[in-house]
Amino acid sequence: MVTIHINDKPFKIKEGQNLLHAGLSLGFDIPYFCWHPAMGSVGACRQCAVKQFKDEKDSKGRIVMACMTPAEDGTRISIDDPEVLEFRKSVIEWLMLNHPHDCPVCDEGGECHLQDMTVMTGHTYREHRFKKRTYRNQYLGPFIHHEMNRCIQCYRCVRFYRNVAGGRDFNALACHDHIYFGRHREGTLDNPYSGNLVEICPTGVFTDKTFKEHYTRKWDLQTAPSICVHCGLGCNTIAGERYGVLRRIRNRYHHHVNGYFLCDRGRYGYEFVNSENRIRRPLQRMKRTDHPAPVSAKTALKAAAASMIENRRIIGIGSPRASLEANFMLQQLAGTENFYAGVSDAHLQQIRTAVAAPGQGPIRIPTLQEAAQSDAVFILGEDLPNTAPLLALNLRRMVDSKAVQMAEDLQIHGWNDAAVRAVAQDTKGTMCIASPKDTLLDDIAMLTYRAAPDDLARLGFAVAAALDPAAPKVESLSEDEKTAVEKISRMLKNTDRPLIVSGTACGCRSVMEAAANVAYALASPNRTAGLLYVVPECNSLGMGLMETAGGLETAFESLDSRGAAAVVILENDLYRRVDAEQVDRFLDAVPQVIVLDHLFNRTVNQADLVFPAATFAEAIGTLVNIEGRAQRFFQIFPTPPEITASWRCLRDLMITAKRTDADFWHSFDAVVSAMAASKPVFSRISITAPGEHFHMRDGKIPRQSFRYSGRTAIGTNISVHEPKPVEDTESPLAFSMEGYNGFPPPSLIPRFWRPGWNSVQALNKFQSEIGGPLRGGDPGLRLMETDPDIKAVYFTEIPAQRTLSNNQYHLVALYHVFGSEELSILSPGIAERTPDPYLALSPKDAAALDLTEGDRAGISLDGMHVKLPVRIMPGLFNTVTGLPAGLPGIPVVQLPTEVAVEKEKTE
Amino acid sequence: MKCPLTEHIRPGEAPLALEAYEKKGGYSAARKAVGKMAPEQITSMVTDSHLRGRGGAGFPTGQKWSFVPMEKEVHRRKYLVVNADEMEPATFKDRLLLEGNPHQLIEGILLSAYAVQADIAYIFLRRAYVTAAQRLAQAIAEAYDSSYLGSNILGSGFNLELHLHSSAGRYICGEETALLNALEGRRATPRSKPPFPPVVGLWGKPTVTNNVETICNIPHIVNHGADWFRRLSRTPNGGTKIYGVSGRVKRPGAWELPMGTTIREIFEERAGGMQEGYRFRGLLPGGGSTDFLIKEHLDVQMDFDTVQKAGSRMGTGTMVILDDHTCPVGLVLNLIRFFAQESCGWCTPCREGLSWMARILSAIEAGQGESADLEKLQRHTGLLGMGNTYCAHAPGAMEPLQSALKYFKEDFNRHIQEKRCPWR
Repeated sequence: MVTIHINDKPFKIKEGQNLLHAGLSLGFDIPYFCWHPAMGSVGACRQCAVKQFKDEKDSKGRIVMACMTPAEDGTRISIDDPEVLEFRKSVIEWLMLNHPHDCPVCDEGGECHLQDMTVMTGHTYREHRFKKRTYRNQYLGPFIHHEMNRCIQCYRCVRFYRNVAGGRDFNALACHDHIYFGRHREGTLDNPYSGNLVEICPTGVFTDKTFKEHYTRKWDLQTAPSICVHCGLGCNTIAGERYGVLRRIRNRYHHHVNGYFLCDRGRYGYEFVNSENRIRRPLQRMKRTDHPAPVSAKTALKAAAASMIENRRIIGIGSPRASLEANFMLQQLAGTENFYAGVSDAHLQQIRTAVAAPGQGPIRIPTLQEAAQSDAVFILGEDLPNTAPLLALNLRRMVDSKAVQMAEDLQIHGWNDAAVRAVAQDTKGTMCIASPKDTLLDDIAMLTYRAAPDDLARLGFAVAAALDPAAPKVESLSEDEKTAVEKISRMLKNTDRPLIVSGTACGCRSVMEAAANVAYALASPNRTAGLLYVVPECNSLGMGLMETAGGLETAFESLDSRGAAAVVILENDLYRRVDAEQVDRFLDAVPQVIVLDHLFNRTVNQADLVFPAATFAEAIGTLVNIEGRAQRFFQIFPTPPEITASWRCLRDLMITAKRTDADFWHSFDAVVSAMAASKPVFSRISITAPGEHFHMRDGKIPRQSFRYSGRTAIGTNISVHEPKPVEDTESPLAFSMEGYNGFPPPSLIPRFWRPGWNSVQALNKFQSEIGGPLRGGDPGLRLMETDPDIKAVYFTEIPAQRTLSNNQYHLVALYHVFGSEELSILSPGIAERTPDPYLALSPKDAAALDLTEGDRAGISLDGMHVKLPVRIMPGLFNTVTGLPAGLPGIPVVQLPTEVAVEKEKTE
Repeated sequence: MKCPLTEHIRPGEAPLALEAYEKKGGYSAARKAVGKMAPEQITSMVTDSHLRGRGGAGFPTGQKWSFVPMEKEVHRRKYLVVNADEMEPATFKDRLLLEGNPHQLIEGILLSAYAVQADIAYIFLRRAYVTAAQRLAQAIAEAYDSSYLGSNILGSGFNLELHLHSSAGRYICGEETALLNALEGRRATPRSKPPFPPVVGLWGKPTVTNNVETICNIPHIVNHGADWFRRLSRTPNGGTKIYGVSGRVKRPGAWELPMGTTIREIFEERAGGMQEGYRFRGLLPGGGSTDFLIKEHLDVQMDFDTVQKAGSRMGTGTMVILDDHTCPVGLVLNLIRFFAQESCGWCTPCREGLSWMARILSAIEAGQGESADLEKLQRHTGLLGMGNTYCAHAPGAMEPLQSALKYFKEDFNRHIQEKRCPWR
């Protein structure tokens, strides 16, 4: 701790900070632009100037930039010295010389950091009488709107895009007072994190293009804390609605999960909520040949309950994209022995590995933030930028930590970003990526290794064996493999915080087990390796933690062996999970197919009864992310009564079926408590977030800002009578402007706003220290416990080398951040970025098959034959062929497997 | 009078080829020192010589070198960079040395690199110096052929690769760290200091950056010793200096004179004083980014400390004379416009402030000045001061402006009152 003096008052602060960071953490209002807590200081904007004095006697002092000046013991500064006030005002005056002052038509207006800072510095009158500089804007793709005239050249965008996100197609161009931030020519921004420019930009240069389509001022949005549903990481978001339309997604800072950033899938995937393809009424069809017809909820419930009399067997099929509560209610409805995970048997096994392996050896499960602090990373079989985008972004930061270390060795402060980068240059991360295909992280990795999934597993097992003689050995390694094993184990050996990342992307449990072995093998008395498994969906891990009778194939078999009166399918398109023919056969055979979902899909179209399920934005629930963190998402806006949360719909179904236990689940909290009692792993789940009875001094926490306009006018086109506000009986939040506007518990923060801080930067006020945890601790509850002292039980099933017969290729799934996820692809912007279906081959294999880019080729598998255009991927391992995962038109294949590829004959 | 730097330069003639240079005693310092003297010995010799950097800032050269870490095992790679990006308005002294005697520079590079044990050197050359580029390339090739560059130089075991890099042409590249960024292929914006280049420089490695004239002095210091070098000067700053004069003088040009020669001597004796019909009004002593001096300063000795005491800087030592037929507002406008244009655009005051000042000056010169404009100009000379901006570019630009406002206030006022430029 050191003491610094601000405006002649002493403050004790942590050592090693700069004055801006320290001052903001202490709650002072110091204006700034170029500094960003996740990107450090560069001293470009000169806005955070303060007066520094040598000692108590020094009354003259000198102007320094707070962001570039270390807060050393005895530092004396004044924030409100007249000279420095004058200078800061001048900085705004300069920045405003060319700014178009178009706030009324600017999307940033009302949440603009430039507006806030202008007011804060007190600059009012314009004295510049000359013409303003103007620019031409660029088309940057479906996500980002570009308006360069508003730019104040803080350089944050380019620093984020290139240094943080690793993008290359965006830069600072030209010079003097004509600096331009954009692409070398118009076109879509490549980088999957480009959406963060919207929040990084302190003014309206980069704004959310999807939001523009249905624009609303920040203060007119009804917002609530939410969790992203588009991958397994559980990034915290703030979702905003007006007039029943979900308008946008913004980052909700979580120190340990997403920090300051989101990926573009998470930010722009929300539009499925507003889709025309939404199911808005319960539907029923009397005969399978009929078209389903809308019915009342009551009729639908009655029809469904009819199957449930006399303890007849109901098959419940859960979903990795539905909340824990919804899955739990279905488990209660069907009974655990009839409740199946809504994924293939093989995938369920992989998820169960992700749940079990951490408990089987001395490892720790790092948070995403801790992952970024690793000093060595071994990624086995995952294409992280496509399967876990924000984890990839966080792992990029591990290179920065290494750079900071190098800089600190030279007595350079870690926050001095430009200096740190001058020292580090193009230092690579102590990282090895082993996968079938190149990844967007390769540029920072020291080692990359390409192989087919089974060989990746063998490599992993061999690395473990090289690190710990007690681990099972791998026989008959090739020379190349031996070299790779040697290099990787050497890289991992002498590290303090190693991390192993693997996951389900290879569709191969051995790969995951091999990763566990490596993590176990790294354990020593003073070191516990981190182990993270990437799972594909927002509640995959939650599903894995629940008791299920098996996966889909097991469910299908159980129908044959034990029969059933009905199947209830919860938020799940089975055709995305297993072979279509199998699903067809199953659905044909079940007497009644009941489906709860948000949108029409192939499974919904096969249903006898359809219940419109509320999306994440219209319901409350809990999701478990890849680190086993249970997190609560809250309803953003009320829905018409026909659309209900799945857990509630299933509860109503049980009531209608006159189930005696149904009365117990009268509220969301009651469901959560019942779940807590159901399994030890969930025992503390009730504390994930405050329950329905929680309230602050002034009542509930309002979802609407106190500036929310037109409350009494909304809906007057339908009726002039002002309806009674909808009451939220499930959470401490209210669909109202009234209530508590201070600092709620962190899991309940509906928006970041403080007086004078209307932009996202208001977050500063909600953190216990800048860049640190939120006041009151970061939300969520970690469910999975690990024991660093447990003795490792190594996995021993090492796959044999697969030999390929003539013309056969290892088939792998290639994931796409845009396209591989079911719901986000329904957003027009994401759909635009989604590739067309293809069959990938390495250049060498393509040449051997006499195939060129765009040629059509066929693959045959289990009697199925698919023809697709060929895409030649230079980064794909030879002998491997790939299909894009989850894209419409791509058949579901259980991996790992081999396929024959044939050139399609042209007639 | 001794003129070690320019002794072998014959204006209008081709420079000495390697053999001729050797005949005149060239590379004798290299033979004397490389492999025979300890590197630190050369550094301490340079320190004792009181040689100060000739690029304009006047930082003691030996001291700069002494910041370079010399532990062999820690720093396997070090760089020497020669700043030949001579773009200061009215400055042409390095050009004289580059075109006139490239081998002198190469010998200086060899000795300097040896002193800091750098094994790669770059000459960062101004884009427009095409003749210099040709002559340097020729001389470098000769030096490689005769083993003054390359591996195992003069059998000493010391290696040095020398690369000639022609700049893309930006004034800011003359700033040491912007130069390094440019050399790395990045945007030419200055870097944060600390860290200083001798510790973290080119590609993150220890790097010494010296001006052409500075480096050209090194062979002579090594040959004749620090005492001899100090005695060349009339003041405590050692050596000779190439002074230049431009403007409406009888004999504009450049001369190598003892450090500390008075302005009057250079201006009246060397340059011959003003042309007929022109009266002296003031001068910029060392390029475009130095404060004006006036008649009362003519007896000031041109060296780093004395000129500073007089309220300006010696800068590059090449002065611009302002006469009574030239509009001082127009002169300052021309300079500020140049500096605004050459701002790298990194920090706000320089990027926005300079161009605003250029627009105001332009309005005044065009007869559209307003009475509040002078106050704005005056205010900015303080706001764009050292410490308020990221580097010294804008503060340097403010020097001619602030001194013009002091010495030629009346001319500014006349522009505004008469709504025209009185010189047009």
